Amino acid sequence: MNSFKNKDGKVILEGLIKTIQQNKDYLSKIDGEIGDGDHGINMNKGFTICEERIAGKPLNLTDGLKELAMILMMEIGGSMGPLYGTMFFEMSKTTEGKEDINSEVFAEMLSKAVAGIQSLGEAKLGDKTILDTLIPAERAFKDAIDSDFSTAIDRMIESAEKGKDSTINLVAKIGRASRLGERSRGVLDAGATSCFLLLQAMGKTIKELLSHD
Amino acid sequence: MQRIINKPDFVVEDMLKGFVKNHQDIVSATENPRVIKYNKAPQEGRVGIVTGGGSGHKPAFIGYVGKNMVDAVAVGEIFSSPTAKAFLDAFKAANAGKGVACLYGNYAGDNMNVKMAKQMAEMEGIEVKTVVANDDVASAPKDESQKRRGVAGEILMWKVGGAKASKGGSLEEVIAAAQKAIDNTKSVGIGITPCTIPSVGKANFEIKEGTMEVGIGHHGEPGIKISDLATADEMAEIMLDIIIPDMPFTKDDEVVVLLSGLGATPVMEQYIVYNKVEEILSEKGIKVYRSYVGNYFTSLEMMGITLTLMKLDDELKELMDVEVDTMGLKQFQR
Repeated sequence: MNSFKNKDGKVILEGLIKTIQQNKDYLSKIDGEIGDGDHGINMNKGFTICEERIAGKPLNLTDGLKELAMILMMEIGGSMGPLYGTMFFEMSKTTEGKEDINSEVFAEMLSKAVAGIQSLGEAKLGDKTILDTLIPAERAFKDAIDSDFSTAIDRMIESAEKGKDSTINLVAKIGRASRLGERSRGVLDAGATSCFLLLQAMGKTIKELLSHD
Repeated sequence: MQRIINKPDFVVEDMLKGFVKNHQDIVSATENPRVIKYNKAPQEGRVGIVTGGGSGHKPAFIGYVGKNMVDAVAVGEIFSSPTAKAFLDAFKAANAGKGVACLYGNYAGDNMNVKMAKQMAEMEGIEVKTVVANDDVASAPKDESQKRRGVAGEILMWKVGGAKASKGGSLEEVIAAAQKAIDNTKSVGIGITPCTIPSVGKANFEIKEGTMEVGIGHHGEPGIKISDLATADEMAEIMLDIIIPDMPFTKDDEVVVLLSGLGATPVMEQYIVYNKVEEILSEKGIKVYRSYVGNYFTSLEMMGITLTLMKLDDELKELMDVEVDTMGLKQFQR
Protein backbone atom coordinates (compact mmCIF):
# COMPACT_ATOMS: atom_id res chain seq x y z
CA MET A 1 0.00 0.00 0.00
CA ASN A 2 1.06 3.55 -0.56
CA SER A 3 -0.84 5.07 2.30
CA PHE A 4 -2.09 4.33 5.78
CA LYS A 5 -5.18 5.44 7.64
CA ASN A 6 -5.01 8.47 9.91
CA LYS A 7 -7.29 6.58 12.31
CA ASP A 8 -4.68 3.82 12.68
CA GLY A 9 -1.95 6.30 13.63
CA LYS A 10 -1.93 5.90 17.41
CA VAL A 11 0.71 3.17 17.11
CA ILE A 12 3.07 5.79 15.67
CA LEU A 13 2.78 7.76 18.91
CA GLU A 14 3.38 4.63 20.94
CA GLY A 15 6.52 3.95 18.93
CA LEU A 16 7.82 7.48 19.57
CA ILE A 17 7.17 7.16 23.29
CA LYS A 18 8.89 3.78 23.50
CA THR A 19 12.01 4.94 21.70
CA ILE A 20 12.46 7.93 24.02
CA GLN A 21 11.89 5.79 27.11
CA GLN A 22 14.40 3.20 25.92
CA ASN A 23 17.00 5.81 25.10
CA LYS A 24 16.55 8.05 28.14
CA ASP A 25 19.95 7.33 29.67
CA TYR A 26 21.74 7.33 26.32
CA LEU A 27 20.38 10.79 25.46
CA SER A 28 21.33 12.20 28.85
CA LYS A 29 24.80 10.75 28.49
CA ILE A 30 25.35 12.42 25.11
CA ASP A 31 23.92 15.67 26.44
CA GLY A 32 26.28 15.49 29.40
CA GLU A 33 29.29 15.79 27.06
CA ILE A 34 28.47 19.34 25.99
CA GLY A 35 25.19 20.18 27.72
CA ASP A 36 23.46 19.81 31.07
CA GLY A 37 23.05 16.06 30.85
CA ASP A 38 19.30 16.25 31.26
CA HIS A 39 18.05 15.81 27.68
CA GLY A 40 16.94 12.22 28.23
CA ILE A 41 15.31 13.12 31.54
CA ASN A 42 13.27 15.97 30.08
CA MET A 43 12.28 14.11 26.92
CA ASN A 44 11.32 11.03 28.92
CA LYS A 45 9.21 13.16 31.23
CA GLY A 46 7.22 14.66 28.34
CA PHE A 47 6.77 11.45 26.37
CA THR A 48 5.82 9.50 29.49
CA ILE A 49 3.15 12.08 30.39
CA CYS A 50 1.87 11.56 26.84
CA GLU A 51 1.85 7.79 27.33
CA GLU A 52 -0.36 8.21 30.40
CA ARG A 53 -2.70 10.65 28.68
CA ILE A 54 -3.30 8.56 25.55
CA ALA A 55 -3.51 5.19 27.31
CA GLY A 56 -6.76 3.44 26.53
CA LYS A 57 -8.03 6.28 24.32
CA PRO A 58 -8.85 5.69 20.68
CA LEU A 59 -6.82 8.38 18.94
CA ASN A 60 -5.96 9.04 15.34
CA LEU A 61 -2.56 10.32 14.22
CA THR A 62 -3.70 13.96 14.12
CA ASP A 63 -4.98 13.97 17.70
CA GLY A 64 -2.13 11.86 19.03
CA LEU A 65 0.52 14.17 17.59
CA LYS A 66 -1.39 17.17 18.88
CA GLU A 67 -1.59 15.71 22.39
CA LEU A 68 2.17 15.11 22.37
CA ALA A 69 2.85 18.58 20.97
CA MET A 70 0.77 20.33 23.60
CA ILE A 71 2.42 18.41 26.44
CA LEU A 72 5.89 19.29 25.15
CA MET A 73 5.04 22.94 24.60
CA MET A 74 2.99 23.50 27.73
CA GLU A 75 4.55 21.21 30.29
CA ILE A 76 8.19 20.57 29.43
CA GLY A 77 9.86 23.87 28.68
CA GLY A 78 13.61 24.15 28.22
CA SER A 79 14.61 24.30 24.56
CA MET A 80 13.31 20.91 23.57
CA GLY A 81 9.74 21.60 24.73
CA PRO A 82 9.11 24.37 22.21
CA LEU A 83 11.22 22.77 19.46
CA TYR A 84 9.68 19.29 19.50
CA GLY A 85 6.32 20.75 20.49
CA THR A 86 6.35 22.87 17.35
CA MET A 87 7.59 19.98 15.21
CA PHE A 88 4.78 17.65 16.25
CA PHE A 89 2.19 20.43 16.24
CA GLU A 90 3.04 21.27 12.62
CA MET A 91 2.92 17.58 11.70
CA SER A 92 -0.47 17.24 13.38
CA LYS A 93 -1.87 20.27 11.58
CA THR A 94 -0.73 18.89 8.23
CA THR A 95 -2.67 15.67 8.76
CA GLU A 96 -5.84 17.38 9.96
CA GLY A 97 -8.92 16.24 8.03
CA LYS A 98 -6.90 13.78 5.96
CA GLU A 99 -8.27 10.24 6.06
CA ASP A 100 -5.30 8.69 4.29
CA ILE A 101 -1.68 9.58 4.92
CA ASN A 102 0.28 9.05 1.74
CA SER A 103 3.82 10.06 0.86
CA GLU A 104 2.74 13.53 -0.28
CA VAL A 105 1.14 14.23 3.09
CA PHE A 106 4.15 12.84 4.93
CA ALA A 107 6.52 14.98 2.85
CA GLU A 108 4.48 18.02 3.81
CA MET A 109 4.56 16.98 7.47
CA LEU A 110 8.36 17.00 7.31
CA SER A 111 8.49 20.34 5.47
CA LYS A 112 6.15 22.01 7.92
CA ALA A 113 8.16 20.59 10.82
CA VAL A 114 11.35 22.13 9.41
CA ALA A 115 9.62 25.48 8.79
CA GLY A 116 8.08 25.51 12.26
CA ILE A 117 11.40 24.92 13.97
CA GLN A 118 13.10 27.53 11.82
CA SER A 119 10.46 30.09 12.78
CA LEU A 120 11.40 29.72 16.46
CA GLY A 121 15.11 30.42 16.30
CA GLU A 122 17.95 31.29 13.98
CA ALA A 123 19.47 27.81 13.61
CA LYS A 124 20.67 26.78 10.16
CA LEU A 125 21.95 23.51 8.71
CA GLY A 126 25.39 22.88 10.18
CA ASP A 127 24.79 24.67 13.49
CA LYS A 128 24.78 21.34 15.40
CA THR A 129 21.06 21.21 16.20
CA ILE A 130 18.09 18.95 15.50
CA LEU A 131 17.89 20.57 12.06
CA ASP A 132 21.05 18.71 11.04
CA THR A 133 18.97 15.53 11.25
CA LEU A 134 15.61 16.88 10.16
CA ILE A 135 16.59 18.86 7.05
CA PRO A 136 18.54 16.02 5.33
CA ALA A 137 15.75 13.61 6.29
CA GLU A 138 13.14 15.84 4.70
CA ARG A 139 15.23 16.30 1.54
CA ALA A 140 15.94 12.58 1.19
CA PHE A 141 12.29 11.70 1.59
CA LYS A 142 11.28 14.22 -1.06
CA ASP A 143 13.99 13.05 -3.44
CA ALA A 144 12.68 9.48 -3.17
CA ILE A 145 9.00 10.38 -3.26
CA ASP A 146 8.53 8.90 -6.75
CA SER A 147 9.44 5.45 -5.45
CA ASP A 148 7.02 3.81 -3.05
CA PHE A 149 6.30 5.22 0.42
CA SER A 150 8.33 2.51 2.22
CA THR A 151 11.43 3.08 0.12
CA ALA A 152 11.21 6.81 0.65
CA ILE A 153 10.99 6.15 4.42
CA ASP A 154 14.17 4.05 4.22
CA ARG A 155 15.97 6.91 2.45
CA MET A 156 14.70 9.32 5.08
CA ILE A 157 15.99 7.20 7.96
CA GLU A 158 19.38 6.73 6.29
CA SER A 159 19.79 10.46 5.75
CA ALA A 160 18.56 11.26 9.23
CA GLU A 161 21.25 8.98 10.61
CA LYS A 162 23.95 10.52 8.43
CA GLY A 163 22.77 13.97 9.45
CA LYS A 164 22.86 13.01 13.10
CA ASP A 165 26.38 11.57 12.71
CA SER A 166 27.49 14.73 10.90
CA THR A 167 26.99 16.67 14.12
CA ILE A 168 30.02 14.91 15.63
CA ASN A 169 32.34 17.06 13.53
CA LEU A 170 30.37 20.25 13.86
CA VAL A 171 30.91 23.16 16.22
CA ALA A 172 27.73 24.24 18.01
CA LYS A 173 26.49 27.65 16.90
CA ILE A 174 23.22 27.81 18.82
CA GLY A 175 22.16 27.14 22.40
CA ARG A 176 24.17 26.42 25.50
CA ALA A 177 26.66 24.13 23.75
CA SER A 178 27.64 27.03 21.47
CA ARG A 179 29.33 28.59 24.49
CA LEU A 180 31.91 25.81 24.26
CA GLY A 181 33.06 26.85 20.78
CA GLU A 182 35.67 24.41 19.45
CA ARG A 183 35.23 22.25 22.56
CA SER A 184 31.80 21.23 21.26
CA ARG A 185 33.43 19.41 18.31
CA GLY A 186 33.88 15.65 18.54
CA VAL A 187 30.60 14.66 20.15
CA LEU A 188 27.06 14.07 18.91
CA ASP A 189 24.43 16.74 19.38
CA ALA A 190 21.80 15.38 21.76
CA GLY A 191 18.90 17.05 19.95
CA ALA A 192 20.04 15.76 16.56
CA THR A 193 20.30 12.29 18.11
CA SER A 194 16.83 12.29 19.64
CA CYS A 195 15.47 13.64 16.36
CA PHE A 196 17.03 10.70 14.51
CA LEU A 197 15.60 8.21 17.02
CA LEU A 198 12.15 9.78 16.65
CA LEU A 199 12.21 9.80 12.84
CA GLN A 200 13.50 6.23 12.83
CA ALA A 201 10.73 5.09 15.16
CA MET A 202 8.12 6.98 13.19
CA GLY A 203 9.41 5.54 9.92
CA LYS A 204 9.48 1.99 11.24
CA THR A 205 5.88 2.13 12.49
CA ILE A 206 4.69 3.69 9.24
CA LYS A 207 6.36 0.87 7.29
CA GLU A 208 4.54 -1.66 9.46
CA LEU A 209 1.25 0.12 8.84
CA LEU A 210 1.93 0.13 5.11
CA SER A 211 2.72 -3.59 5.04
CA HIS A 212 -0.49 -4.53 6.89
CA ASP A 213 -2.80 -3.69 4.06
CA MET B 1 26.45 13.76 45.43
CA GLN B 2 25.81 15.01 48.96
CA ARG B 3 22.60 17.02 48.95
CA ILE B 4 19.67 17.83 51.19
CA ILE B 5 16.76 16.80 48.99
CA ASN B 6 13.94 14.30 48.71
CA LYS B 7 13.25 12.96 45.23
CA PRO B 8 15.79 14.45 42.80
CA ASP B 9 13.12 14.94 40.12
CA PHE B 10 10.95 17.02 42.45
CA VAL B 11 13.40 19.48 43.97
CA VAL B 12 11.74 22.45 42.24
CA GLU B 13 8.23 21.52 43.45
CA ASP B 14 9.48 20.88 46.99
CA MET B 15 11.46 24.12 47.08
CA LEU B 16 8.53 26.22 45.82
CA LYS B 17 6.27 24.93 48.58
CA GLY B 18 8.76 25.88 51.27
CA PHE B 19 9.47 29.23 49.67
CA VAL B 20 5.83 30.25 49.54
CA LYS B 21 5.28 29.15 53.15
CA ASN B 22 8.23 31.14 54.40
CA HIS B 23 7.61 34.27 52.33
CA GLN B 24 3.84 34.41 52.38
CA ASP B 25 3.98 38.03 53.50
CA ILE B 26 5.33 38.83 50.00
CA VAL B 27 4.50 36.06 47.53
CA SER B 28 1.73 33.63 46.77
CA ALA B 29 1.30 30.52 44.67
CA THR B 30 -1.01 30.63 41.64
CA GLU B 31 -3.15 28.08 39.84
CA ASN B 32 -0.10 27.21 37.76
CA PRO B 33 2.32 25.54 40.20
CA ARG B 34 5.19 26.98 38.14
CA VAL B 35 4.13 30.61 38.56
CA ILE B 36 4.79 32.62 41.73
CA LYS B 37 3.29 36.09 42.09
CA TYR B 38 3.50 39.14 44.32
CA ASN B 39 0.59 39.16 46.77
CA LYS B 40 -0.65 42.48 45.40
CA ALA B 41 -0.31 41.64 41.69
CA PRO B 42 -1.87 42.62 39.38
CA GLN B 43 -1.43 46.20 40.57
CA GLU B 44 -4.01 48.65 39.29
CA GLY B 45 -2.58 51.40 37.09
CA ARG B 46 0.81 49.73 36.74
CA VAL B 47 2.71 47.93 34.04
CA GLY B 48 3.25 44.33 35.16
CA ILE B 49 6.84 43.14 35.56
CA VAL B 50 7.51 39.49 34.70
CA THR B 51 10.64 37.43 34.57
CA GLY B 52 11.43 33.76 34.51
CA GLY B 53 14.15 31.22 34.03
CA GLY B 54 15.47 27.87 35.05
CA SER B 55 15.71 27.01 38.74
CA GLY B 56 18.89 26.63 40.74
CA HIS B 57 19.78 30.32 40.98
CA LYS B 58 18.11 31.25 44.30
CA PRO B 59 17.28 33.92 45.27
CA ALA B 60 16.81 34.48 41.53
CA PHE B 61 14.26 34.52 40.16
CA ILE B 62 11.38 34.23 42.66
CA GLY B 63 13.33 36.03 45.37
CA TYR B 64 12.88 39.28 43.48
CA VAL B 65 9.10 39.13 43.51
CA GLY B 66 7.67 41.87 45.68
CA LYS B 67 6.92 45.51 46.19
CA ASN B 68 8.19 47.74 43.36
CA MET B 69 10.14 44.95 41.68
CA VAL B 70 8.84 41.79 39.97
CA ASP B 71 5.10 40.96 39.88
CA ALA B 72 5.22 37.37 38.63
CA VAL B 73 7.82 34.75 37.79
CA ALA B 74 7.73 31.71 35.51
CA VAL B 75 9.69 28.90 37.14
CA GLY B 76 11.56 26.26 35.11
CA GLU B 77 13.25 22.98 35.92
CA ILE B 78 16.82 23.24 37.19
CA PHE B 79 18.83 25.16 34.57
CA SER B 80 16.02 24.71 32.05
CA SER B 81 13.64 27.34 30.69
CA PRO B 82 10.08 27.55 32.03
CA THR B 83 7.37 26.51 29.59
CA ALA B 84 5.62 28.98 27.31
CA LYS B 85 2.50 28.25 29.37
CA ALA B 86 4.27 29.31 32.58
CA PHE B 87 5.38 32.58 30.98
CA LEU B 88 1.84 33.12 29.66
CA ASP B 89 0.31 32.50 33.08
CA ALA B 90 2.88 34.83 34.66
CA PHE B 91 1.86 37.54 32.15
CA LYS B 92 -1.76 37.02 33.18
CA ALA B 93 -0.89 37.17 36.89
CA ALA B 94 0.96 40.47 36.40
CA ASN B 95 -1.27 42.18 33.87
CA ALA B 96 -3.44 45.00 35.18
CA GLY B 97 -4.35 46.27 31.71
CA LYS B 98 -1.31 48.51 31.16
CA GLY B 99 0.71 45.76 29.51
CA VAL B 100 3.51 43.53 30.72
CA ALA B 101 7.27 44.03 30.60
CA CYS B 102 8.98 40.65 30.40
CA LEU B 103 12.56 41.23 31.55
CA TYR B 104 14.62 38.06 31.18
CA GLY B 105 18.05 36.67 30.30
CA ASN B 106 19.44 35.71 26.91
CA TYR B 107 19.22 31.92 26.72
CA ALA B 108 17.98 29.89 23.74
CA GLY B 109 15.20 28.12 25.64
CA ASP B 110 13.92 31.27 27.35
CA ASN B 111 13.94 33.14 24.04
CA MET B 112 11.77 30.48 22.39
CA ASN B 113 9.34 30.05 25.26
CA VAL B 114 8.91 33.81 25.77
CA LYS B 115 8.35 34.25 22.03
CA MET B 116 5.60 31.63 22.04
CA ALA B 117 4.04 32.98 25.24
CA LYS B 118 4.05 36.53 23.84
CA GLN B 119 2.15 35.35 20.76
CA MET B 120 -0.38 33.54 22.93
CA ALA B 121 -0.77 36.59 25.19
CA GLU B 122 -1.39 38.84 22.21
CA MET B 123 -4.20 36.54 21.08
CA GLU B 124 -5.74 37.11 24.50
CA GLY B 125 -5.32 40.88 24.25
CA ILE B 126 -2.36 41.26 26.64
CA GLU B 127 0.39 43.50 25.35
CA VAL B 128 3.86 42.17 26.18
CA LYS B 129 7.21 43.82 25.46
CA THR B 130 10.56 42.34 26.32
CA VAL B 131 14.08 43.28 27.37
CA VAL B 132 16.68 40.53 27.03
CA ALA B 133 19.56 40.88 29.48
CA ASN B 134 23.04 40.36 28.05
CA ASP B 135 25.35 41.66 30.77
CA ASP B 136 27.82 38.73 30.84
CA VAL B 137 30.89 40.27 29.20
CA ALA B 138 32.80 36.99 29.02
CA SER B 139 30.15 35.14 27.01
CA ALA B 140 30.78 36.84 23.64
CA PRO B 141 32.93 39.64 22.22
CA LYS B 142 31.65 43.21 22.43
CA ASP B 143 30.76 43.37 18.72
CA GLU B 144 28.54 40.32 19.21
CA SER B 145 26.99 41.58 22.43
CA GLN B 146 23.53 40.38 21.33
CA LYS B 147 24.89 36.85 21.90
CA ARG B 148 25.91 37.54 25.47
CA ARG B 149 24.10 35.80 28.33
CA GLY B 150 22.14 37.51 31.05
CA VAL B 151 23.50 36.97 34.56
CA ALA B 152 23.37 38.84 37.89
CA GLY B 153 22.87 42.18 36.14
CA GLU B 154 19.30 41.03 35.61
CA ILE B 155 18.60 41.94 39.25
CA LEU B 156 19.44 45.58 38.56
CA MET B 157 17.31 45.47 35.39
CA TRP B 158 14.33 44.18 37.42
CA LYS B 159 14.91 46.80 40.11
CA VAL B 160 15.00 49.65 37.59
CA GLY B 161 12.07 48.29 35.54
CA GLY B 162 9.97 47.67 38.65
CA ALA B 163 10.76 51.14 39.98
CA LYS B 164 9.73 52.76 36.70
CA ALA B 165 6.44 50.83 36.80
CA SER B 166 5.88 51.94 40.42
CA LYS B 167 6.10 55.55 39.28
CA GLY B 168 3.31 54.95 36.80
CA GLY B 169 5.53 54.67 33.73
CA SER B 170 3.94 53.44 30.50
CA LEU B 171 4.98 50.09 29.02
CA GLU B 172 7.29 51.91 26.60
CA GLU B 173 8.87 53.89 29.44
CA VAL B 174 9.35 50.81 31.62
CA ILE B 175 10.94 48.95 28.72
CA ALA B 176 13.22 51.90 27.91
CA ALA B 177 14.36 52.18 31.54
CA ALA B 178 15.02 48.44 31.86
CA GLN B 179 16.88 48.45 28.55
CA LYS B 180 19.01 51.37 29.68
CA ALA B 181 19.73 49.58 32.95
CA ILE B 182 21.01 46.45 31.22
CA ASP B 183 22.90 48.42 28.54
CA ASN B 184 24.75 50.17 31.39
CA THR B 185 25.45 46.92 33.24
CA LYS B 186 28.41 44.59 32.82
CA SER B 187 29.15 41.35 34.65
CA VAL B 188 31.73 38.59 34.79
CA GLY B 189 32.10 35.47 36.91
CA ILE B 190 34.84 33.20 38.20
CA GLY B 191 34.11 29.58 39.07
CA ILE B 192 36.31 27.46 41.32
CA THR B 193 34.20 24.31 41.78
CA PRO B 194 31.52 22.77 39.51
CA CYS B 195 27.84 22.22 40.33
CA THR B 196 25.53 19.22 40.03
CA ILE B 197 21.92 19.07 38.87
CA PRO B 198 20.28 16.74 41.44
CA SER B 199 18.36 14.66 38.88
CA VAL B 200 21.57 14.14 36.87
CA GLY B 201 23.58 13.20 39.96
CA LYS B 202 27.04 14.27 38.84
CA ALA B 203 28.69 17.45 37.66
CA ASN B 204 28.75 17.78 33.88
CA PHE B 205 31.84 19.93 33.84
CA GLU B 206 35.07 20.00 35.74
CA ILE B 207 37.19 22.64 37.42
CA LYS B 208 40.43 21.06 38.51
CA GLU B 209 41.70 21.55 42.05
CA GLY B 210 44.05 24.53 42.13
CA THR B 211 42.52 26.17 39.07
CA MET B 212 39.71 28.58 38.31
CA GLU B 213 37.55 29.27 35.28
CA VAL B 214 37.46 32.98 34.50
CA GLY B 215 34.27 34.06 32.74
CA ILE B 216 32.26 30.99 33.75
CA GLY B 217 28.52 31.06 33.05
CA HIS B 218 25.67 30.54 35.47
CA HIS B 219 25.23 26.94 34.34
CA GLY B 220 28.91 26.11 34.14
CA GLU B 221 29.30 27.36 30.58
CA PRO B 222 33.03 27.60 29.98
CA GLY B 223 34.72 30.93 30.42
CA ILE B 224 37.46 32.71 28.58
CA LYS B 225 40.40 31.12 30.34
CA ILE B 226 41.40 28.57 32.92
CA SER B 227 44.13 29.81 35.24
CA ASP B 228 45.76 28.87 38.50
CA LEU B 229 43.59 29.66 41.49
CA ALA B 230 44.26 33.29 42.39
CA THR B 231 43.93 35.22 45.63
CA ALA B 232 40.75 37.18 46.38
CA ASP B 233 42.53 40.45 45.55
CA GLU B 234 43.77 39.06 42.25
CA MET B 235 40.27 37.87 41.39
CA ALA B 236 38.96 41.39 42.01
CA GLU B 237 41.60 42.77 39.63
CA ILE B 238 40.96 40.12 36.97
CA MET B 239 37.21 40.74 36.99
CA LEU B 240 37.50 44.52 36.92
CA ASP B 241 40.05 44.32 34.09
CA ILE B 242 37.40 42.49 32.05
CA ILE B 243 34.40 44.65 32.98
CA ILE B 244 35.82 48.19 33.13
CA PRO B 245 37.05 48.57 29.53
CA ASP B 246 33.93 46.91 28.12
CA MET B 247 31.55 49.69 29.21
CA PRO B 248 33.93 51.58 29.63
CA PHE B 249 33.67 52.82 33.20
CA THR B 250 35.77 55.94 33.66
CA LYS B 251 36.80 58.52 36.25
CA ASP B 252 33.88 60.31 37.97
CA ASP B 253 31.37 57.65 36.93
CA GLU B 254 28.96 56.62 39.64
CA VAL B 255 28.23 52.90 39.81
CA VAL B 256 26.21 50.24 41.54
CA VAL B 257 28.34 47.24 42.47
CA LEU B 258 26.75 43.84 42.90
CA LEU B 259 29.03 41.05 44.04
CA SER B 260 27.31 37.70 44.30
CA GLY B 261 28.47 34.32 45.48
CA LEU B 262 27.64 31.38 43.20
CA GLY B 263 26.11 29.22 45.93
CA ALA B 264 28.86 27.64 47.97
CA THR B 265 31.16 30.61 48.45
CA PRO B 266 31.35 31.71 52.08
CA VAL B 267 29.91 35.22 52.40
CA MET B 268 33.05 36.09 54.32
CA GLU B 269 35.14 35.51 51.20
CA GLN B 270 32.79 37.66 49.15
CA TYR B 271 33.58 40.59 51.45
CA ILE B 272 37.30 39.95 51.00
CA VAL B 273 36.84 40.35 47.23
CA TYR B 274 34.61 43.39 47.67
CA ASN B 275 37.24 45.13 49.77
CA LYS B 276 39.65 45.03 46.83
CA VAL B 277 36.97 45.87 44.25
CA GLU B 278 36.13 49.06 46.14
CA GLU B 279 39.81 49.91 46.53
CA ILE B 280 40.51 49.59 42.80
CA LEU B 281 37.39 51.54 41.86
CA SER B 282 38.28 54.42 44.18
CA GLU B 283 41.85 54.46 42.83
CA LYS B 284 40.33 54.94 39.39
CA GLY B 285 38.03 57.69 40.63
CA ILE B 286 34.90 55.58 40.06
CA LYS B 287 32.41 56.31 42.81
CA VAL B 288 30.41 53.50 44.39
CA TYR B 289 26.86 54.83 44.77
CA ARG B 290 25.56 51.59 46.20
CA SER B 291 26.98 48.13 46.71
CA TYR B 292 25.46 44.73 47.30
CA VAL B 293 27.51 41.78 48.58
CA GLY B 294 25.96 38.36 49.17
CA ASN B 295 24.30 35.40 47.51
CA TYR B 296 22.05 37.29 45.11
CA PHE B 297 22.22 35.07 42.01
CA THR B 298 23.68 31.62 42.42
CA SER B 299 24.39 28.42 40.48
CA LEU B 300 23.36 25.58 42.79
CA GLU B 301 26.41 24.70 44.90
CA MET B 302 29.05 26.15 42.62
CA MET B 303 31.86 27.91 44.40
CA GLY B 304 32.79 31.18 42.79
CA ILE B 305 31.68 34.78 42.42
CA THR B 306 30.22 37.18 39.92
CA LEU B 307 30.88 40.89 39.79
CA THR B 308 28.42 43.32 38.23
CA LEU B 309 28.80 47.06 37.70
CA MET B 310 26.07 49.41 36.55
CA LYS B 311 26.87 52.91 35.38
CA LEU B 312 24.35 55.40 36.72
CA ASP B 313 22.79 58.51 35.31
CA ASP B 314 20.22 60.69 37.08
CA GLU B 315 17.28 58.54 35.99
CA LEU B 316 18.91 55.24 36.96
CA LYS B 317 19.99 56.69 40.29
CA GLU B 318 16.46 57.84 41.06
CA LEU B 319 15.05 54.43 40.10
CA MET B 320 17.68 52.52 42.08
CA ASP B 321 16.60 54.57 45.11
CA VAL B 322 13.00 53.36 44.99
CA GLU B 323 12.27 51.22 48.03
CA VAL B 324 11.64 47.53 47.41
CA ASP B 325 10.51 44.65 49.56
CA THR B 326 11.65 41.31 48.21
CA MET B 327 13.20 38.25 49.79
CA GLY B 328 16.31 38.53 47.63
CA LEU B 329 17.19 42.08 48.52
CA LYS B 330 16.21 42.00 52.15
CA GLN B 331 18.23 38.93 53.06
CA PHE B 332 21.35 41.09 53.11
CA GLN B 333 20.12 44.65 52.82
CA ARG B 334 17.15 46.53 51.50
